[in-house]
Amino acid sequence: MRLFDFFRLTRRNRNSAETARQRLQVLVALDRSGGDGPDFLPLLQRELLEVIRKYVEVDLDRVKVELERGNGFSTLEVNVELPTAHLERRAAV
Amino acid sequence: MSKVIVVTSGKGGVGKTTSAAALATGLAQRGHRTVVIDFDVGLRNLDLIMGCERRVVFDFVNVINDGIRLHQALIKDKRVENLFILPTSQTRDKEALTREGVEKVIAELRKEFAYIICDSPAGIERGAQMALYYADEAVVVTNPEVSSVRDSDRILGILNSKSRRAEIGEEPIKQHLLLTRYDLDRVQRGDMLKLDDVLEILAIPVLGVIPNDPLVLQCSNVGMPVILEPKSKAGQAYRDAVARMLGEQVELRFTQPQKRGLVDWLLRRSA
Repeated sequence: MRLFDFFRLTRRNRNSAETARQRLQVLVALDRSGGDGPDFLPLLQRELLEVIRKYVEVDLDRVKVELERGNGFSTLEVNVELPTAHLERRAAV
Repeated sequence: MSKVIVVTSGKGGVGKTTSAAALATGLAQRGHRTVVIDFDVGLRNLDLIMGCERRVVFDFVNVINDGIRLHQALIKDKRVENLFILPTSQTRDKEALTREGVEKVIAELRKEFAYIICDSPAGIERGAQMALYYADEAVVVTNPEVSSVRDSDRILGILNSKSRRAEIGEEPIKQHLLLTRYDLDRVQRGDMLKLDDVLEILAIPVLGVIPNDPLVLQCSNVGMPVILEPKSKAGQAYRDAVARMLGEQVELRFTQPQKRGLVDWLLRRSA
């Protein structure tokens, strides 16, 4: 019983340590790259919204920004919800 | 009525972030809308322990200084309903937090959340003081070890003198002891301070005693709060602590040697 426990635990340990190693590799690489860190995102968002607002009224609470970091690349997703009133008006014209 | 709870310790490495993550997750599991904030600007780790490090877009500092909306920085936990994480910045320093900025964010969070858990940085300087300033209650994480107990006493002094409640003369911050990495075998051998020793010195009520448990490391490896691991003794002890936070009377576990029956004894002899 105890012997089995021992094997189960060591196997699990190795698995979780491997996960830890992989997670850290991605994170530390991002941390070290510094300038490319996510700190430019607030400015990026502000400028993107300024451009969009030239054409449509945007409610700041209806903007969703998502970042998914992968090993080789990251994706940035910006969702801007446009007010229906505006679209209806456009459709009517 | 929402509660702001700081998880603090003075000393580093005693389990503040592990505890903040576990308690916040436990409160959310019990159906309370909970947010856990990382106050350790420049050394953020709460996101790692919660396993949401890849989902951080905006952070606490962006909300205070860069005009980012709070809801854009809040990360919703994918495992537990009612649980949100507010990560901090990895690239800035502690100066990025201003008292006014923190006050505004906390006031906004109070409207939406029942529990606001503030994960404090180690130390007693600006960062730690910022984390405890607006607290209603404090969980003082302590290891049964001389330097940790001494530092906890120091942080208790700061809770009593440098918090908002102390400054405006309101009812003082309610303080709780969370004794972590408790090793009953070593306590019994007389090699480790026992709960009563720590209680006698710090003289605050105990919220929980978390046994030393290898599963804590395994959980942090994979980014899962240990309270989500049903087999973990530490997880069970955190669940008890959460129940006590909610006002339930729960007896302390893992502080007394388990009584072993005859069969147990025979099995151990034969093993």
